Amino acid sequence: MTMKLTNEEKAMLAGESGPAVQRALQEQISVGEFFGAETFVPVKNVHMMGDIEVMGDAGLAFLKDLVSAQVKCMTPLTTNARCMDFALAEMLGQDSGAVKQEHELIACLREMNAITTDTCINYQSVYQPHFGEHVAWGDTGTVIYANSVFGARSNFESGPAALAAALTGRTPAYGFHLDQHRKGTFVVNVEATLTDLADWGALGKIVGEAHQDYFSVPVFDGIRTSPTSDELKHLGTSLASYGSMGMFHMVGVTPEAPDVETALGGNKPIDILTVRDRDIEAVYAGYDPKDGNCGLVVFSGPQLSLYELKRIAELLDGKRISSDTQLFVTTNKEFKTLADDFGYTRNIEDAGGIVMEGVCFYLLQNLSQIREARGWQNLVSNSAKIVNTITAHRFNTILRRTEDCIECALSGRIS
Amino acid sequence: MNTGSKSLSLRSIFGPSVEGEAVISAEGFSPRYDLNRWTGEITKPGHKLEGLTITDKILFFPTAKGGVAAGWAFYDILHKRIAPKALVFGKTNPVMVQGAVFADMTIAAELSDLPENLFKTGDTVRIDAERKVIELLC
Repeated sequence: MTMKLTNEEKAMLAGESGPAVQRALQEQISVGEFFGAETFVPVKNVHMMGDIEVMGDAGLAFLKDLVSAQVKCMTPLTTNARCMDFALAEMLGQDSGAVKQEHELIACLREMNAITTDTCINYQSVYQPHFGEHVAWGDTGTVIYANSVFGARSNFESGPAALAAALTGRTPAYGFHLDQHRKGTFVVNVEATLTDLADWGALGKIVGEAHQDYFSVPVFDGIRTSPTSDELKHLGTSLASYGSMGMFHMVGVTPEAPDVETALGGNKPIDILTVRDRDIEAVYAGYDPKDGNCGLVVFSGPQLSLYELKRIAELLDGKRISSDTQLFVTTNKEFKTLADDFGYTRNIEDAGGIVMEGVCFYLLQNLSQIREARGWQNLVSNSAKIVNTITAHRFNTILRRTEDCIECALSGRIS
Repeated sequence: MNTGSKSLSLRSIFGPSVEGEAVISAEGFSPRYDLNRWTGEITKPGHKLEGLTITDKILFFPTAKGGVAAGWAFYDILHKRIAPKALVFGKTNPVMVQGAVFADMTIAAELSDLPENLFKTGDTVRIDAERKVIELLC
């Protein structure tokens, strides 16, 4: 399949907008043709993952070359959570060389006209696309939220692909940009009562693991409450993490799912799952707390909203975290500033916790070495996503409900 | 060339033809979650390929796993000289393809048969980009 190009795109491909745009468009064509795209769609908002931990020396050199050539983003580009909070990097034992490189990398992005928001919850803070709007977002959690909750249209756009979209102002029209891939492919009857963010993440784990496929689109039916943005966030990030999924429907909640039939759009469901309370409880029971010591409690992955920060602050108000435990919370600059103003940060810090800004805990540079240096083994979190992603750093992870996480932090033992 | 009798066809491919040692995984893959990106070793505890090094291999995975970091990761490990020769997925996602394109690494997906029905780890296989087939060499 050869993509049909407009005259403007033909000119870009011929190098009339410079070699960086030429290369970017060629890469987009290669990706588009792999997935059978016929055309491009314009985008006016791009969100990119890029920090020194994921980009490395080669990625930084690539950016420096673009800056040297005075390449600028033609579409607003915001950045995802990064790998260090400069105020805490030394305390955590992150590499001074990497800190220097991260400063260079951020300077490059700003020079290219990027907006370094450093957030994986752009959809709860900096930008909310309208129904049907095409965007090019990276961080899988941002994409599944955009597609599912806003009814916007994006594929997973990894760092270089998002950057390409910002340079060309477009993205190839395949996957979730097209109606045909937005239809539900299987049904999940939710009989379980979901009372905590971790329950929503557990639901995402069950469903994601059952159908690991980017083009699988679950249709959730039977949800008896009106879920909050944070609940949908934890469900979506978990589906994306365990199932590589980029979209879900929820009957009566998400805009393309007034009922099951409409959400399926004529598809015959390839599976019908039922998730009951006992299935959710089995998720929690599936973690082995080993010696039972709670060395680390993390609220992160995704970054916390203002409402999540408020709740953690309230749960820790006047309490003291065990001397055997460390507790970390991560959020973006916007919500950290508000949390400072509202006293949430002080509550958490007075209890012995640490609030990090602009990062996600599992992305931290040097995390494996930090874990070893601090003797961390067990990691407790209410995020189903992070208990999955962070295992690459050899943590033993345990998913617990939010209040149980706090209880673990206070007692130093995993309940 | 001694082309083998065993081959499967594929629907989607990017990159040049390559040949190399096959590694057949029963589990999906993410260079973010599963890989040590300094050594090329799969380090995720319990991963079915835990302890194996991916460098210069042709890797077969049934699925991709989430995580947009892969987009930069393949370029990164290419420059660290620990990259595989090619990636073959039963089902893939855009991140893997975008990352492979950026690193100019061969990637293929949507196969006519399960690779474990034809190949085993250690076999030498060839991905023919023109004919869209993967065949056993020895």
